[in-house]
Amino acid sequence: MKKEKLDAVLYGVLGLVVFLVAWQLLVMLTKVGMLFPSPIEVFQRLISSAQGLVGKHPLVVHLGFSLLRVGIGYLISAVLGILVGLVMARSPMGNAIIRPLFAIIRPIPGITWMPLFILWFGTGWITQLGIIFVAGFSHMVLNTYDGASRTNPKLIGAAQMLGANQTQIFRMVILPSAVPYIFSGLQVSLSSCWMAVLAAEMMSATEGIGWMIVSGQNNGDIQQVLVGIIIISVIGLILANTMRGVESKLCAWSVRGR
Amino acid sequence: MCVVGARPVEGREIIRCENVNKKFISSSGVYEVVRDLSLSIRENEFVVLFGPGQCGKTTILNLLAGLEQPSSGRITVADKEVAGPDPSRGMVYQTTDLFPWLTVMGNVEFGPKVQGKPKAERQAIAQRYIELVGLQGFENTYPAKLSGGMQQRVGIARAYSNDPVVILMDEPFGHLDAQTRYMMEEELEKIVAAEKRTVVFVTNNIEEAIYLADRILLLGNCPTHVTREYAVDLPRPRSYVSKEFLDLREAIMQEMEETL
Repeated sequence: MKKEKLDAVLYGVLGLVVFLVAWQLLVMLTKVGMLFPSPIEVFQRLISSAQGLVGKHPLVVHLGFSLLRVGIGYLISAVLGILVGLVMARSPMGNAIIRPLFAIIRPIPGITWMPLFILWFGTGWITQLGIIFVAGFSHMVLNTYDGASRTNPKLIGAAQMLGANQTQIFRMVILPSAVPYIFSGLQVSLSSCWMAVLAAEMMSATEGIGWMIVSGQNNGDIQQVLVGIIIISVIGLILANTMRGVESKLCAWSVRGR
Repeated sequence: MCVVGARPVEGREIIRCENVNKKFISSSGVYEVVRDLSLSIRENEFVVLFGPGQCGKTTILNLLAGLEQPSSGRITVADKEVAGPDPSRGMVYQTTDLFPWLTVMGNVEFGPKVQGKPKAERQAIAQRYIELVGLQGFENTYPAKLSGGMQQRVGIARAYSNDPVVILMDEPFGHLDAQTRYMMEEELEKIVAAEKRTVVFVTNNIEEAIYLADRILLLGNCPTHVTREYAVDLPRPRSYVSKEFLDLREAIMQEMEETL
């Protein structure tokens, strides 16, 4: 590892340690402890939750539910989003119809649809997956569209001069040049889906990390709330980094990927 | 010795333009870019289209490529009327138009690949032209990691890999620094000597024109056509400072000033 990089990691760890020590001291030396558990207590609780039950399920099962939901919802929104984005980019008519709709829908946070979905579908999987889908879908569509419609016209001209037909141009020029855009869509969409699953579970589930937090709130169990928050942070970090790793493998040629 | 005027016809005629006109119609008016252009280029000839900036040189090249259609007149390449882009005509542009997501090999084999050539065959073709332009060892490198001169070599190899009848070059060295440019001109001369092709080369650099051309077609201001042609009968490789070179340079520059 390079020295600068090593320094950056060291400073990062140092910052975290200072934060945790300050938190611990604050709880031990002041009355904050009445409202807030110390990091050591939270850590002990994390360990005991991992071994025992939280509500009906072990912690891992709650996490499994959250990941399963986000996995399914994200997959559907990514596949459909890429397809719709490509159709928009290939068909000016399709674009003219669909784009204004998305311009209106995109600024609405996914969870805003929650009350509507609960009224329509109740508090089950359909509502949860629906919220996750909505959270990811418009990012996917618009990023894919941007990528597939902004192909450098000179590259298309070059492919034509080399004898490529329309299908080949789409497959061998337009699609690969859209890949970095599609990837940034996949990243934004994944973090937005991960937030949505937690919100959905808080309001409409009987298990999952989101449920864990809300049940902690209902029982006045601050430790359980904090354990949930830490898990959200760690998993979110892992997901984002995994995506970045995959991107830099697949898009080694692009500026973003480098 | 340089002979001013048309050279006697030798070799078969490969490109022919008859009374070609090209107008662009936009909301702000009609732009006449090419007026009454006629020219004839023979097989394996290296012809340079030389003229002032913005005179319509690139438009002529795009017409030959089939990327633009003439407003009137007729263009034939190898006795076939040009109707659209075709792999029998290769193009090398000024700035790089390489596919950034493909390696050098991927770029050079692109043409044979879209022609449906099997992998082993197209890679063998690509390898041959990668070596011709002196890029062996860079087969798996991405264009972004190459220098400007090397990128243009890839562009030339890619144009060659389709085995085109005609290679069109639109100021391919225009964006390179002077040193690299001289080097690439020498390199191109060697490449064309090794693999004979008909080349139509556009430039606004007079030294480059005289250094490379068998024949220079001098273009007038927009709307443009060929105002005069010069056969360049100097031995190769040419010296930029030989008396004949400088005399021809002087003659062309004078002619250009008079016609402008």
